[in-house]
Amino acid sequence: MPNLEHPAYPAATLLRLESLVPCRESQVSMLLSIFGERQQFTFPSIFIYGHTSSGKTYVMQTLLNTLQLPHVFVNCVEYFTSRLLLEEILIQLQNCSFETKHASHVLCDTFNDFVRMFKQAVTSQDLQDQTLYIVLDRAEQLREMEANILPAFLRLQELTDRNVTVVLLSEIVWELFRPSTGCFEPFTLYFPDYSIGHLQKILSHNHPPEYSADFYAAYINILLGVFYMVCRDLKELQHLAALNFSKYCEPVVRGEANERDTRKLWKNIEPHLKKAMQTVYLREISSSQWERLQRDDGEPGQLKGLSAHAHVELPYYSKFLLIAAYLASYNPVRTDKRFFLKHHGKIKKTNFMKKHEKTSNHLLGPKPFPLDRLLAILYSIVDNRVAPTANIFSQITSLVTLQLLSLVGHNDQLDGPRYKCTVSLDFIRAIARPQQESIDTF
Amino acid sequence: MLKGCFVFKPSPKKRRVSPKTADYFREGNNDSEDSGLRFATCQSLWKQIKSETEQIQEELNKQLFDNLVSFLRRSHSEFQEKTTEWTCQMKSSEIPTAALVLGVNVTDHDLTFKSLSEVLQNNITPYVALLQAKDCPGIKNLMQKLMGQLMNCYIDVDTSDEEDWVQVSQNRIRCSMASLISWYENITKKTDSETPSKKRTSSRHLQSPPVVVIFKDMESFTTKVLQDFLVISSQHIRELPLILIFGIATSPMIIHSLLPHSVSSLLCIELFQSLSCKEHLSTIIDKLLLTTQFAFKLSEKVLQVLINIFLYHDFSVQNFIKGFQLCIVEHFCSQPLSVLCCRLVEAKKRVNSLSHSQCENVRRLPSFRRYVESQVSEKQIALLTADNFLKEVIQKLLEDLHVYHENYVPVLRCLHVFTSSLPKYPLGKQIRELHCACLENRVWETEEYESSLQLARMLNKSDLVTMLQKCVEIFASSSGKEFDKVVEKLKEFLTQFQKLEVAGACQERGESVSSQKELQKKTDLYHLQKTLLELKESRRSKKLTKFEMLRFEVVDFIDNLVRNYLVPADHKTLHEIMYFNTASALREHLNAAPRIALHTALNNPYCYLKNQALKSDGGTISNKAPDICIVYKLHLECGRLINLVDWLEAFSTVVMAVEGPNAAASDQVDDIIHARFIRAVSELELLGFIKPSKQKTDHVARLTWGGC
Repeated sequence: MPNLEHPAYPAATLLRLESLVPCRESQVSMLLSIFGERQQFTFPSIFIYGHTSSGKTYVMQTLLNTLQLPHVFVNCVEYFTSRLLLEEILIQLQNCSFETKHASHVLCDTFNDFVRMFKQAVTSQDLQDQTLYIVLDRAEQLREMEANILPAFLRLQELTDRNVTVVLLSEIVWELFRPSTGCFEPFTLYFPDYSIGHLQKILSHNHPPEYSADFYAAYINILLGVFYMVCRDLKELQHLAALNFSKYCEPVVRGEANERDTRKLWKNIEPHLKKAMQTVYLREISSSQWERLQRDDGEPGQLKGLSAHAHVELPYYSKFLLIAAYLASYNPVRTDKRFFLKHHGKIKKTNFMKKHEKTSNHLLGPKPFPLDRLLAILYSIVDNRVAPTANIFSQITSLVTLQLLSLVGHNDQLDGPRYKCTVSLDFIRAIARPQQESIDTF
Repeated sequence: MLKGCFVFKPSPKKRRVSPKTADYFREGNNDSEDSGLRFATCQSLWKQIKSETEQIQEELNKQLFDNLVSFLRRSHSEFQEKTTEWTCQMKSSEIPTAALVLGVNVTDHDLTFKSLSEVLQNNITPYVALLQAKDCPGIKNLMQKLMGQLMNCYIDVDTSDEEDWVQVSQNRIRCSMASLISWYENITKKTDSETPSKKRTSSRHLQSPPVVVIFKDMESFTTKVLQDFLVISSQHIRELPLILIFGIATSPMIIHSLLPHSVSSLLCIELFQSLSCKEHLSTIIDKLLLTTQFAFKLSEKVLQVLINIFLYHDFSVQNFIKGFQLCIVEHFCSQPLSVLCCRLVEAKKRVNSLSHSQCENVRRLPSFRRYVESQVSEKQIALLTADNFLKEVIQKLLEDLHVYHENYVPVLRCLHVFTSSLPKYPLGKQIRELHCACLENRVWETEEYESSLQLARMLNKSDLVTMLQKCVEIFASSSGKEFDKVVEKLKEFLTQFQKLEVAGACQERGESVSSQKELQKKTDLYHLQKTLLELKESRRSKKLTKFEMLRFEVVDFIDNLVRNYLVPADHKTLHEIMYFNTASALREHLNAAPRIALHTALNNPYCYLKNQALKSDGGTISNKAPDICIVYKLHLECGRLINLVDWLEAFSTVVMAVEGPNAAASDQVDDIIHARFIRAVSELELLGFIKPSKQKTDHVARLTWGGC
């Protein structure tokens, strides 16, 4: 275990910092050595990446807060345009050292303005003699803003001629950021995923006050045994742990087992956790519903999940339209004549009916088809005559808005629109069942 | 016209612009009889029906809304409870979300959402925002829309004192979550420190009311917008108590297909399902048509058209009601005698003031003529000549019709009780199908009726008893005066069944015991077989004597009722007054066929232009037709790609045909004809029949296969 050491900061603060960032000591010490002392210049930009919930945001936040370094923390998803982002940085900067909030709002349209106002702000806030950190969380959003934003942030130190460091946090690698025109390369730092041991340690860290740490650690052990295969997201695991803990404690509360009786406790909780994996984890039923179930000791079977309501009721012709669209999407055009015409002449069996062709059609996914083909198939699969009324056409449009069909290509209204069927075979089967339309034969 | 689009039928605003529309009624028929009165009747009837349907809707939605409101309350209180407790700290704070599955009838949703937001505003929170996918192509637009709606609703609640502040913020267009949060903080702070007089209004709402955001059409939102919004708002859920409602038309699976797990794990989704639209329709039909409350009725064909549109095309109850409204307007507009289509008392009064021409109208009614023919000759003469006598008869006939309706409904319901429990439902599962069957012709003459009677004769006792009990209830609650005896009779049947039960139980036991004994006595095979056979025989005959006899009686009784009371309406005299039966007009209005209309217009211009010169058309192409028609007809003969030069030549030949040999002599195509041709072709292109092709430069591609 590398103990954090740095001459610039008091040992007590470093110790506190270390206790707050378990399993991330090496990254933190790395960052500390890069940052150097308060007044020292450091890298103009640092790029930190790692998988979801590998502690990037948390570590940065704790580090900057504990050491009381001047910083600005902005989430790029929340400030979705460059203007909002820049303004937010300036606003935070203004409030950085003073407790009094400035009601005045800044107007900043371009990066040029930003640089100018940034200089002013730094001077007015008296921050010249220490490094200012600007942390941009979810930095991948920057790529979608104007082209100059990302390169400019990377060289902010040079542009403003101030002691400032931009830290970018992202879930994707730097290679995907690099603009084609080239830019200043930041210092990249990787946060590896937590291992199962790390997870165990972090999760056990915050145990409930009523129970001992060992007891909770045993619980976390069981929980990880069930969930580690499907979920390594620390936040999600923490959430699940909190949700199911009361169930785990039940035997202890009732006095049937004591805290050391691990086996009994395991037997009690294991099926419960498995059920949770199929329901709550997938958000089939919500957490609050799950909690209510636990409280009432009900069976989760009573509550149907979201996917239990997969059936969709459709008007009669909509069903046929959808079936026709499905057929048009998955059958090659040349078989139409054979399938849908009464007098189709002789069929050479060897030509189509090859088995592999049939399966590959489903593997290849839906193909686009023109409107006329859809209507032609519709007329042939509906028994009675169908008039091409406005109602039929409007149903096609409403199927598109329901995302059951999708419009392909440019939507020029007059230029023969093409569609794709986006529903699965199972869905079509469920719809076609009352219609006695055997899809498999086609 | 290759592709249709959603046509939201503009509601016939006949009732709003009253002076003008009354004129329409007059214009329709030259005799201008009672047009003002008819218009007034129509209006009042529609008003009644409208309020009735709205009430039905409210009742049907009540359950759903109650559930939703309690969900909102619960999740909000959970949110507020979040304190220092350990589990609460550990749990990630999810956004409470209600997934509201409303069915595919998208046109009905607007009304539901409107009343939902009203309910929420009355019970939960003043801050309700309704978002539509088409307004939110990007996250920026979404935030703009959201803030605009929330801040406006704030203005509605409060008065002008803070308006300038809102104005400023809207001018700034700084549509970020931060400004939303600061707005919310401001507002809640203010409501806390408000004067008691204000508190009265806000007391209905919860403490620090949540902000409810309704996504009307979840399916149409793009993934990115939703994802961004959810991520942003989940970060600020503690400062801004947000509750989401997803309006879903298809199935809740769409949430999972739209959102990745990392985002959907931010939500705490509960599912709510609205009543299916089919049930909604049944209730509407039940309350509007199967009642004597409204004098106006639909004939079988019209009802069938409306129901077909509903079942085959849109599942939209709103459209059904709109169709019904159209029927009312059509009926009162086209039928001069519809002035009598009102409550019986009122109608009787109106009969007295009928003018002579109206009396003639009555005499012209087919059903009335049939009635006249069935009378003795003196009476016939009186009916056809004396207006006063006619009026008396009309009053009597109207009364008959009213009594018929009063009896019809309970008997229909009673029959439905029987037929709806039969296997395979020979007469339909829903009462509306039965209603249509009864209106169509004499139901007892149909095969389906015969087979359902057969099946009814095989019902078991417990079913039969429960059905009889239901029938008793129906008749007892009906207003018909003739049903006292029927109820008595049914009750008698019930007591007989009860007696049978008691007696049957005793007998059965005795019988079985005796037969057992007999079996024990005779042990050789032949005798055994014989006795068994006898036993079987006797059992069958015995049952027929007891329970089965009674069952036959019951079924016959019901059959009798049906024959007496379920006579189709068009057999009744003067039914034309109450029943709207021009289904063709309705079909024309509601089931528009743009392709067919366009084709007829271009193929047979006489149909619309009514110019005698165009009439003769058989298969030939007349040169008197408009240019576009000629071009259209010529293009029908071509394949997918059309050569423009050939087309032009054919066109000029047709146009020059009559002008004689001198014109034909010149080989060169006239410039004027050339211009006409080009204009016609571009008109066709505008209509979407052809488009320029890139395969060959001097060709155009056909876009339609149909037409010919």
